[in-house]
Amino acid sequence: MTATRTEIFSAGIVEAGLGTVTREIPAGEPPPWPPNAELTWIGKDVPRLNGRDKVTGATRYTVDVRLPGMLHARFLRCPLPSAELRKLDTAAATALDGARAVIALARPGDRLRYAGQPVAAVAALSPGVAAEALAAIDAEFRPLPFVVDMDEARAPDAPLVYDEASAPKGNPSGFPAAPGLPVVGNVRGPAVVRRGDPAQGFAAADIVVEGEYRTQVQTHSCLEPHAIVADWRADGLTVYMSTQFTSGVRQELAALFGLPLNRVRVVVDGMGGGFGSKSQLGVYGRTAVELSRLAGLPVRLALDRHEEQIDAGNRPGTFQRMRLGAKRDGTLTALAIESHGTAGVALGAGIGFFAERIYTCPNFETLQHDVFVNAGPGCAMRGPGNTPGAYGLEQAIDTLSERLGLDPLALRDRIDPSKARREERRIGAERIGWSRRHKPGADPGAVKRGMGVAQSLWMSNVQTNVACEVRVLRDGSVEALSSVQDIGTGIGTVMAQVVAEVLGLRPGDITVRIGDTEFPPGGPSYGSRTTASITPPLRTAATRVLAELGREAARMLNAAPEELEAREGRIRVKSDPGRSLAFRDAAALLRTDRISAVESRADDYPGFRRRMPDAAMAHEDLGGVQFAEVAVDTETGAIRVERVVAVHDCGRPINRLLLESQVQGGVLMGVSYALLERRVMDRRTGLMVNADLEHYKLAGVHDTPEIEVVILENLQGNSATDAYGIAEPANIATAPAIANAVYNAIGVRLTSLPMTPDVVLAALGKTGRS
Amino acid sequence: MTRPEMAGPGKTAITLAVNGTSRQLELEPRTTLAEALRNTLGLTGTKIACNRGACSACTVWLNGQPVLSCMTLAIDAAGQEITTIEGLAHGEALHPVQDAFIEHDAMQCGFCTPGMVMSCAALLERNPHPDAEAVRDAIAGHYCRCGTYPHVVAATLAAAERKP
Repeated sequence: MTATRTEIFSAGIVEAGLGTVTREIPAGEPPPWPPNAELTWIGKDVPRLNGRDKVTGATRYTVDVRLPGMLHARFLRCPLPSAELRKLDTAAATALDGARAVIALARPGDRLRYAGQPVAAVAALSPGVAAEALAAIDAEFRPLPFVVDMDEARAPDAPLVYDEASAPKGNPSGFPAAPGLPVVGNVRGPAVVRRGDPAQGFAAADIVVEGEYRTQVQTHSCLEPHAIVADWRADGLTVYMSTQFTSGVRQELAALFGLPLNRVRVVVDGMGGGFGSKSQLGVYGRTAVELSRLAGLPVRLALDRHEEQIDAGNRPGTFQRMRLGAKRDGTLTALAIESHGTAGVALGAGIGFFAERIYTCPNFETLQHDVFVNAGPGCAMRGPGNTPGAYGLEQAIDTLSERLGLDPLALRDRIDPSKARREERRIGAERIGWSRRHKPGADPGAVKRGMGVAQSLWMSNVQTNVACEVRVLRDGSVEALSSVQDIGTGIGTVMAQVVAEVLGLRPGDITVRIGDTEFPPGGPSYGSRTTASITPPLRTAATRVLAELGREAARMLNAAPEELEAREGRIRVKSDPGRSLAFRDAAALLRTDRISAVESRADDYPGFRRRMPDAAMAHEDLGGVQFAEVAVDTETGAIRVERVVAVHDCGRPINRLLLESQVQGGVLMGVSYALLERRVMDRRTGLMVNADLEHYKLAGVHDTPEIEVVILENLQGNSATDAYGIAEPANIATAPAIANAVYNAIGVRLTSLPMTPDVVLAALGKTGRS
Repeated sequence: MTRPEMAGPGKTAITLAVNGTSRQLELEPRTTLAEALRNTLGLTGTKIACNRGACSACTVWLNGQPVLSCMTLAIDAAGQEITTIEGLAHGEALHPVQDAFIEHDAMQCGFCTPGMVMSCAALLERNPHPDAEAVRDAIAGHYCRCGTYPHVVAATLAAAERKP
């Protein structure tokens, strides 16, 4: 048994009034932090510490890495959506002057299942020679029947993407697919989640609402493409990679190439966007390492924009049938969903656990199916499953509220058990001016305005396999180290704030070294878990090094160590602050050049809701409520999102400036998903026709609404920092909030994404012969 | 603009004036300015994201005007003053737009940031006191997948306030 002690924590939503919670915590954990108002750096707007490097172009991204003797690699990709590889002769490519390594990734007789699937790869002295070498590969493809449209793929006579034996069992994002599901034609499933008795629930309902919703395939469109520089040497492998998970990639590489972990190093400095798509090693990563091993030289492999759009992951498209049963007072009696989704040749197109967890409903059923089509594999993307799932359910709830004659907020007050979202609805309604909301389609002019709301839910994820180190050097300088990577969230700055808070220094005094597996293993930056995972052990480690420093300082100050505190750059006696030492002078008393503490992530104090080998989920989910105000031009069909109010919670907020950035980003990705983005596959050629950034439309500044961000301080007494994540919740509610606002504007419900002008005009009956 | 009658396909000698320094290069005429800056001169602050003029990540200045370096041949930039993100600050002193970007957190992953900074700084050079709409117009061709636009606009307006 670990020794424990009892502590009383502030708990509750600060904005709604605080209470306390008593926790039995491990004896080595730091004392409770008070609310942010009483802290120096936590919860404050600290500008990101690597900002200077970013605005001067000094940040080194993977695509910027240049090593001596570095080769350039390229893929030969399958040009057809479905083909048999008849011939693959690489002799001429291998013989080409300047080509240093050629590998086949498929063999004659192999079935290739999407346009863009890697077939072979070359490494050469320059990109130009690599391109020549690709051209010298003699490859023949026999075209086979294909299907790229999900509805067509569900037809009984559709060309088969897989047979039952060859169908994938998991998906490339590493999300486990439910095992043992039947595959019939191109459809795998259903994966079933059931509680209570849905049939009885519908029978008991006063009102039943049904709806069908469709969401498109969205590409991640990271501005920095997937890229790696692999440097295989006799004494070990070093990989520079644009990744969301350095230590995970290290594990994959060690296992794949039979290397001990201590001979594999993964490094990332600048990381130009991932959004879920850069979580694994991937075929490109594996290929670059293999080429480097063969050539005995470093190899750079960076996808070009076309490759990035067709074969770097995507958010699966979905078709959802929803059925909701309710009593007249709004109480839900039953919820049933059947969904089909496509992640191309991969699995993972479910619509998540959004409906399963967000509302109180005793009788519940989801039947989720994956449909295979001949297109690039999907993977996790910002709020996977829940983002399309919320688009459907939050519209169905909006429809239900109207049928019941209840305000959408009042209905949610009745059926949503989350205290955080209740407060978020209250604050958001006030900020957006919800009382101004009119009846659907009530605006008289051609441009009709409307207001809508939708909610978010995401797991409070924690990576338990996470460690970090804090060092104090004898000159008073401080380092915080972990392999955790900054994918744009500013985690390094957050780490500096935590250490500075403990040591009584300024964030700028802390040198943060991250993005390198030479340091203690940080967790992944996906699943909105980075801050939740790394900040508690970091605070504990900082507390431990301070205690060691305090023992030296106490002798000098003739005080007991527990009488001391670290504030404003000094170690001082709490009861007599005049008796103090500069932090630097205290460090000079150390017997060695450096002291250090390494800590790993302890469990949340009240335990976890669910545990996996390296990760866990906290008891309380993350919430979030978003309100949108739109203007719909009923003559052109154009939707303009004018304003979004996004109210979110993430436990204890550490840096409000950075949080605001992330929430704005989540909202904008949601606006883009709602109105603009769509991967377009040509049914006749099986190719993606908009695999670029001209025709694949992303939201630009002129599509950007005014965005107001509110972050609650939701204290739970769960860990040394009580902090959780925000990235995914910020994206999930946006599209349905916009859809509900559009309904409120025009009085016609749009049920498919993206909500482009043609969709609006069709819904208004203004296209074709009508 | 001086330019040989005919050049290529092999390497040809060109001189580029980059951030106030004259640089002699041997380049194939098909080399874009973005490639020359990044691959030959090692100035990797200029980013390539779409490589065909759709995203503006590669924005640099030619004679003070923002241009897309992925759509400009290096050979066509000879004889003009090229300013890249590495040349915007004066020593330790950042351009006011750079300072304001840091203060307002007008960046997330930062990959589009050098291009954004170059366009916003160019705007303030030609219009020292823009309104929000002018800032939006100045970055209308830039894509930011992280969604930093609101902070970019706020930062640029703040930088304009600070400029004399």
